[in-house]
Amino acid sequence: MTTAVQRGLAPVKRVLANGLTVIAKASKATPAVTINAGVRGGSACDPDDLIGLSYLASRVLDRGAEGWTAEAIAEDLDNRGVSLQMSVNRHLVMLVTTCLVEDFEPVLRLVGDILMRPTFPPAEIDTRRVEIVTAIRQDEDNPAVMATEGVMSLLYPGHPYGRRSKGTIESIEAIDRAALSRFHRERFGPDNASLVVVGDVEPERAVDTASRVFGEWVVAAMPEPLLAPAPLSNRRRGLVRPMMNKAQADIAYGFTTVARRDPAYYPLWIMNTMLGQYALGGRLGDTIRERQGMAYYAFSTVDPGVVEGPLTIRVGVSPDNVDRALEAIDAEVARMADVGLTPEELEDGKRFLVGSLPRTLETNPAIASFLQGAQYFGLGLDLDLRLPDLFNEVTLDEVREVASKLLAPERAAVAIAGPYRDDGIAAPSA
Amino acid sequence: MAVTAKPADEHAVREALLDNGLKVLVKEVHTAPLVSVWCWYKVGSRDEVPGISGVAHWVEHMNFKGTTNIPRDQVKGIIERFGGAWNGYTWIDETTYLETATRDALDQMLFIEAERMANCLYHDEDCESERTVIISELQGGENDPDQLLDIEVTAAAFKAHPYGNPTIGWIGDLRSMTRDDLYGFYRRHYIPNNATLVVVGDVETDAALQAVERRFGSIAPGPVPRRTAILEPDQLGERRVSIERGGTTAYLKLAYHAPAAADTDFAPMLLLDAILTGAKGVNLWASFRSLPPQRSARLYRALVERRLASSVSGALMPTREPFLYTVSVTVSEGTPMEAVEQAALDVLARVIEAGITPEELRKSKNQLYARMMFENDSVTNIAHQLGYFESISAADVFESLAARIKAVTVDDVTRVATQYLRPSNRTVGWFRPSVSGSSR
Repeated sequence: MTTAVQRGLAPVKRVLANGLTVIAKASKATPAVTINAGVRGGSACDPDDLIGLSYLASRVLDRGAEGWTAEAIAEDLDNRGVSLQMSVNRHLVMLVTTCLVEDFEPVLRLVGDILMRPTFPPAEIDTRRVEIVTAIRQDEDNPAVMATEGVMSLLYPGHPYGRRSKGTIESIEAIDRAALSRFHRERFGPDNASLVVVGDVEPERAVDTASRVFGEWVVAAMPEPLLAPAPLSNRRRGLVRPMMNKAQADIAYGFTTVARRDPAYYPLWIMNTMLGQYALGGRLGDTIRERQGMAYYAFSTVDPGVVEGPLTIRVGVSPDNVDRALEAIDAEVARMADVGLTPEELEDGKRFLVGSLPRTLETNPAIASFLQGAQYFGLGLDLDLRLPDLFNEVTLDEVREVASKLLAPERAAVAIAGPYRDDGIAAPSA
Repeated sequence: MAVTAKPADEHAVREALLDNGLKVLVKEVHTAPLVSVWCWYKVGSRDEVPGISGVAHWVEHMNFKGTTNIPRDQVKGIIERFGGAWNGYTWIDETTYLETATRDALDQMLFIEAERMANCLYHDEDCESERTVIISELQGGENDPDQLLDIEVTAAAFKAHPYGNPTIGWIGDLRSMTRDDLYGFYRRHYIPNNATLVVVGDVETDAALQAVERRFGSIAPGPVPRRTAILEPDQLGERRVSIERGGTTAYLKLAYHAPAAADTDFAPMLLLDAILTGAKGVNLWASFRSLPPQRSARLYRALVERRLASSVSGALMPTREPFLYTVSVTVSEGTPMEAVEQAALDVLARVIEAGITPEELRKSKNQLYARMMFENDSVTNIAHQLGYFESISAADVFESLAARIKAVTVDDVTRVATQYLRPSNRTVGWFRPSVSGSSR
């Protein structure tokens, strides 16, 4: 390992007088800068009767701001070869963009105008609404999306994590300009936002520029609503979404896990890596793809959350193989819950996760996203330096404990979407 | 081993040719303690003959299943142990494999690629088990109506050139192909004198070249398979494909025969695409994963801003021989296909009739310049570009691209629009969702 790696990312962090957190990291790998702004107003904040509010707001925010028509924003961005990526997850509305270093200051000024002074032009609201309605209709025709949304609705009934961030056609059509303006007024403020700048710009200059752009922003935004914990289920739940026009069925199979700040997140991380990530999909990939030749993809993911996020296993199979694939998943889940990892697997997992840090933190957008996540969850901006120890300290017993607590076929949520009608998924097969 | 002289610029690419014909490109990049190794073969789905479509891609899958000196049960973890990731892909002109890991894994990566070139196993049971994996991959793709339409439109656009076949293959061939078809294809094409090895990252060039020589030097060359010259005849009139299936959303595609990467018309076509749909860059591994700057692009304004479509994109891929320029449109809920198609065709007709403005040309050049900077942000992406262009033509086609783009004039863009976007050169594809069989 080089000195640079031993020093870690070592970003500069400043909290401006108005409460805005600015995090800056210099990197000279390319003559470019990534700006990643996160605002605590993700889909978990949507009111029950306006699901999709944060999503629609994110689509319209960058289409007009004081002093900027949508057309002027379009021309400015396109002239610089820059695209703004607006996205929403459960917790954050995010604006991410990469520009050439010479464009950093004007692009950050535009980002500031968009975040602080959006105008939500009515015509833009209507246009983006049409886009979202079409996107929701596309999702309804996508077995992977339908299975994943299905399993989330089973895992989190009545909980904000169980809702689709885009909302429904009905809820999107019910959102008006007043609701968008109110959303912005309530959620967007310096106390609720973090700005990360990574690239070929000195950190102090990045902080100075951010101070000039955002320094006058004084709004008392509402704190994020507290989320109820997502309890473990004590029974198996299933749903089938028949899509007889499709060639292949998608299975989503999951559990709720632990919050990102829970110390058990690290044994969970290693356990999931070996269950459904390592090499070509971990144990699941080995069994379902490599040994049984049933699927092109078989893997599992864990999403970090403020409360207990999901572990989701995903497999795409021919409809004839749905039952066999479920049996294989049940068997791997039961084996992990019963015996956890072997000592060799634990070592392989640690070595992989520690060794992959330089690769996963190579590019400006990846570093910015990592720092934004560390800031949001309050994990410390030296997380990259602490991660090796956090992984290496995990024991076999801790992995076994987290696996036996969280995983059990008889408590799984199972959603199947595709050319499949059988609903015999309520009972575990292993 | 013949090696080019050490260049004055330490960041330049060093090129070497082993005695067995393996071409090696090494570039030092010391921004992170990482190395990316890519091994490229000049074989893709365009090299397949009728009856074994999909063989190049299936062979790629088989080449992850152990070798004489890497037993099957030791494949898993072989690069992950170094924190690394590995993968591969097959497309119309090329097949490639990569590893990116910490620099201490360089020799391991070279060992894996040398084994893959010479010693893959092709056990019968592995071939059979992979057949269903690949059919699952094909069916997963068919779940996406946009992909389904793309395959149909591409097939309709070519009647002589194998670029018309999908890289995944046709289902009948995937069901009937044998182990001998796979192994024979592997042995014919996986030889050092049909390959390019690229090493980019935190290495010292001379030491890296010596390591390559140690691992690959003893692999015997073979007769280089001849790539039959196939000229697609001029298209004489518009072709149309119309699919009606269960679904929720309509899709439109307009595909035009387009110039190859080395053609002088390629750079003006890239700028024309930027003016129509926003610049994507030219890195298949990286650039097409994020939205292009397109809000002021002509087709975006005419279709998305007028609510006829929820998205529009253009694709001009760098290829060895003339392939397609494809415009893809997701039609907004409730909009008639005819209206969207007419609006798109009107935009293209206007470019042909009235040309483009100097301001549009300047903007699209800025976009391409920026995208080509952004897509150089990792050792993996840098290595991809060197190997990709070497495999489809020559590395200098990539190196000269920025200068070629800079030299393009307003008249060049108008000329290529007139030449390539003419109605008789296009294939139009419609995907219309039928009510029955819809998921609702």
